[in-house]
Amino acid sequence: MALNAQTIEQVRDLGKYKYGFETEIEMETAPKGLSEDTVRFISAKKNEPEWMLEWRLRAYRHWLTMKTPEWAHVHYPPIDFQDSYYYAAPKSDDDRPKSLDEVDPKLLETYKKLGIPLEEQKFLAGVAVDAVFDSVSVTTTYKKQLEDQGIIFCSISEALQTHPELVRQYIGSVVPYTDNFYATLNSAVFSDGSFVYIPKGVRCPMELSTYFRINARDTGQFERTLIIADEGSYVSYLEGCTAPQRDENQLHAAVVELVTHDDAEIKYSTVQNWYPGDEDGKGGIYNFVTKRGACRGRNSKISWTQVETGSAITWKYPSCILQGDNSVGEFYSVAITNNAQQADTGTKMIHLGKNTSSRIISKGISAGKAEQTYRGLVRIGPRATGARNYTQCDSLLIGDKCGAHTVPYIESRNRTARVEHEATTSKISDDQLFYCRQRGIGAEDAVALIVNGFCRDVLQHLPMEFAVEAQKLVGISLEGSVG
Amino acid sequence: MTQKMLEIKDLHATVDGKEILKGLNLSIGAGEVHAIMGPNGSGKSTLSYVLAGRDGYEVTGGDVLYDGESLVDLVPEERAAKGLFLAFQYPVEIPGVTNMIFLKNAVNGVRKQRGEPELDAMEFLKFVRVKAKALSMTDDMLKRAVNVGFSGGEKKRNEILQMAVLEPRLAVLDETDSGLDIDALKVVADGVNALRGPERSMLVITHYQRLLDYIVPDHVHILAGGRIVRSGDKGLALELEERGYAEFVDQAAA
Repeated sequence: MALNAQTIEQVRDLGKYKYGFETEIEMETAPKGLSEDTVRFISAKKNEPEWMLEWRLRAYRHWLTMKTPEWAHVHYPPIDFQDSYYYAAPKSDDDRPKSLDEVDPKLLETYKKLGIPLEEQKFLAGVAVDAVFDSVSVTTTYKKQLEDQGIIFCSISEALQTHPELVRQYIGSVVPYTDNFYATLNSAVFSDGSFVYIPKGVRCPMELSTYFRINARDTGQFERTLIIADEGSYVSYLEGCTAPQRDENQLHAAVVELVTHDDAEIKYSTVQNWYPGDEDGKGGIYNFVTKRGACRGRNSKISWTQVETGSAITWKYPSCILQGDNSVGEFYSVAITNNAQQADTGTKMIHLGKNTSSRIISKGISAGKAEQTYRGLVRIGPRATGARNYTQCDSLLIGDKCGAHTVPYIESRNRTARVEHEATTSKISDDQLFYCRQRGIGAEDAVALIVNGFCRDVLQHLPMEFAVEAQKLVGISLEGSVG
Repeated sequence: MTQKMLEIKDLHATVDGKEILKGLNLSIGAGEVHAIMGPNGSGKSTLSYVLAGRDGYEVTGGDVLYDGESLVDLVPEERAAKGLFLAFQYPVEIPGVTNMIFLKNAVNGVRKQRGEPELDAMEFLKFVRVKAKALSMTDDMLKRAVNVGFSGGEKKRNEILQMAVLEPRLAVLDETDSGLDIDALKVVADGVNALRGPERSMLVITHYQRLLDYIVPDHVHILAGGRIVRSGDKGLALELEERGYAEFVDQAAA
């Protein structure tokens, strides 16, 4: 984390000097509310090509015909979409908290427990920081290394300037602008996000992380990410951060699209820990995300690993469309809800090609008065001869006021397909707790240990450095859930 | 008079409102091995849980002094940090948590409470391997989840491994012989005997005399009706074997 802290500062700072694209924008905010003018304003601010604006507008017009989805097992007051800002220039330091003294003390306590250095705490809490310029340029070093191999890794706004043809070819090709209410909204007003292209036969030499991307701080509430792995390539992408992040915007509606061609693989790992709000969920983030990957090529693979601990409400189903023959989709998920958090999360595995296979391991932990739903779809198309799926869906309850629900949908249109589904619901037993405590492990540490054991099958799929932090996070997320 | 390591004085305890221990007295000196024998329902397991501080086992009278200090108000992990260890009659499974990680958490949990620094991972690994080898436990067993899929004998050996690693001053062994065949019993008993020392006291709770052939006690007590009804040397266990518990139970009821 210490390295990351420095890196963030350096990268962010360099961005201001070197890649002046963002800073050229005058300090301006689009008027409140959503209209065609808002969409035009955003597109113009980003100096986007005409086709991008047209696409946004088509999305906006379609959005007007749509209704807020209500099928998810989550409850929140209606959102007034005309009462939000859809474009805000990067925040000036005057608007930020002046120091950590102005930040929720509970948040600071968590940072301390995670062992996050002070400077990084400020960054995460959105405090205005005087960045110290360091001549050692991490950015240039990694940029050079990636460029040498032809890898493109930049913000999507930048990609629209430098590689518009690639963006045009792929954006909306996995999640069309008509897809669902929030994805359509995102298509109309997306703020920024990452763009990754791995050329044929290239194995990306490092884990790509939003940490390393310039201007990651102000991607805003409508993040859009597009990752393309060309034939025979491989990339591992990390999103998010174990430390709780605050944001002024309550609604987050991101879209992530992944595409793999023949023999290519994308491993996408997320640790999501947006501010969950206070114990009653007040002030927490609504995280309504559409994540989908298309295994277009033969023998291609997409693997989603997620650790979801934050947000007041999470609504998220990272999915795989297995088009290419022998392609593989994986979904490994740990979702923890405590206090008043609500999560409706799961995956969709759509088998279209022959001998496609998918594996779903979902671990849901619910504590406090939280509600959690696993919702998953496994669909085997008529041409998907020899398709296989294995689903394991385990829920762990802590206390007696929380809920866990499992909603698996299985649709098979091919008789040769094999679909397996296993589900369990359990509680941390008094025996387990007492056993741990008798051995000297305090009650909260014992819960963290037992829950980490419960999640082990998923956590072991995270990149090493992420996994260690995620383990700590599991414990912290459940503090106060026993006793 | 030297202070005893453990002094149980007129201990009364209830479970679910029902009194199980009814004025139990027992003193154990440093380095001594005491055996408690008793029929089913006499309060043997209750005694072990009360000593370890399990929720739901309420002390309603008397006291338990450990090095002269009362344990009664301490939570289980605090008692563990003071060096009290309970080998469970039914060791608990913890899926997904490897033995190694569990041991490390236990040792560091104790060290944290004592204000000692956490152990270096590599040194700890070596330390545990030596202890495991002494109990004929393989590296593979250290990598498996705590007690998951372990045979009865493996589970009991695992308890003794935890004891060896935690190096307690007072070990309570609750029916460690139950469910063991004779070979497994020998391995476990050897493990326990290896841990005997002038500073380590043991309270061996058992139903049968058989275990005491292998772990030879300094003192034997008979527990019946929630009280110690008779104490003696190891000869008492043999006497009990011949005559059965019946007369002691009658004695307790009288």
